[in-house]
Amino acid sequence: MSFDVDVTARIGEALVSCVIPPAPGVTVLFGPSGVGKTSVLHMIAGLRRPDHGHVRVGGDLLFSTATRVNIAPERRRAGYVFQEPRLFPHMRVRANLLYGYRKDAGTIDVDTTVALLGLDPLLDRWPRGLSGGEARRVAIGRALLSNPRFLLLDEPLSSLDRGRREEIMGLIERVRDALSLPILLVTHDHAEARRLGNQIVQL
Amino acid sequence: MTALSAEEWGIVALSLKVAGVAVFAALPVAFAIAYLLARGRFPGKVLIDGIVHLPLVVPPVVTGWLLLLAFAPAGPVGAWLADWFGVSVMFRWTGAALAAAVMALPLMVRAMRLSIEAVEPRLEQAARTLGAGRLRVFWTLTLPLSLPGIIAGLVLGFARALGEFGATITFVSNVPGETETLPLAIYSALQVPGSEALVLRLALISVVLALVALILSELLARRSSRGLHVL
Repeated sequence: MSFDVDVTARIGEALVSCVIPPAPGVTVLFGPSGVGKTSVLHMIAGLRRPDHGHVRVGGDLLFSTATRVNIAPERRRAGYVFQEPRLFPHMRVRANLLYGYRKDAGTIDVDTTVALLGLDPLLDRWPRGLSGGEARRVAIGRALLSNPRFLLLDEPLSSLDRGRREEIMGLIERVRDALSLPILLVTHDHAEARRLGNQIVQL
Repeated sequence: MTALSAEEWGIVALSLKVAGVAVFAALPVAFAIAYLLARGRFPGKVLIDGIVHLPLVVPPVVTGWLLLLAFAPAGPVGAWLADWFGVSVMFRWTGAALAAAVMALPLMVRAMRLSIEAVEPRLEQAARTLGAGRLRVFWTLTLPLSLPGIIAGLVLGFARALGEFGATITFVSNVPGETETLPLAIYSALQVPGSEALVLRLALISVVLALVALILSELLARRSSRGLHVL
């Protein structure tokens, strides 16, 4: 299970182009802000259409200009943790977590995820009352519970204090080892990239 | 100043019925147009926007006259209604409701469009990646998140429909018990010497109803802007 991506897109004035060769575990997408790292994640998730190229994850073709394949985002089963938490403001934490949850297809169950992320005390709260770190954890839990085939993590450690960073970093390592999902992680922090990445792709 | 007579209560009840039916009939149309204007990208959008807002700026008499042309027994819509359903809205309270709905539509569309535009596309993207198709995204995010604006639009439209005069009197005339709503009743009372007390009572009711509606819509709008911080 790994990524195999080669995409190009013109976004405004800039040309964003990215090649991710297949590699197991965590691939880190590394580069300064503004080079289009988030755009690459959007293309893999199906939220933005590349001009050229292909997106393949774990053998499934999700997008290809050559064979005119473009799977809708809701059918790609991406576990996408955006840069902002993007929690649904009119639903409590519990409803947010369960939004993409399907009982039938479960390798990941609710109790384990809630315990893993320490979400139990948050379940009945509203998103607007959460701290940055709490909201981030809920967003990660929501993505995991949608039973994804792969994870896209867009700067999951930014705007967190040191203690929280350590906590979330450990969590990503645990998810990587326990679930053996391919993970694509965006960062502009060297130490983070070296510690988490099995493969580093410079953008 | 004395209490209202049965006849005056009848006028109030008729006004509430006409305005109520008008806004609830206009609701799906207004929401569909608002959604189209907020989210759609198609040629002629500016034109549709303009046509919808026309009743807001055109003299109401003109709107009433156009309705008359369309819905008169020989008019295109009127003939069709008579042929297929054997009904006519002429001189009926349904016609008054139709006129009120057309006049209230622009205000309803405006309020709803703003609230639909305020729904974060980023939240909808997140829902898509979680496996929700477009329809589920609409029912679980777009609609509930724009609900305060929809309700505000309803209330605003209701207030506007209650006050509707020009288009109504042009289109369906002033028939007591059928099309004589509050503004029309006030107008005809003004033509009769010695009915100052009646005018005062009806005017007071109009002001109170309109004020309640406006305050309600303001409160709803404020609640929606306070409650739903997204990021």
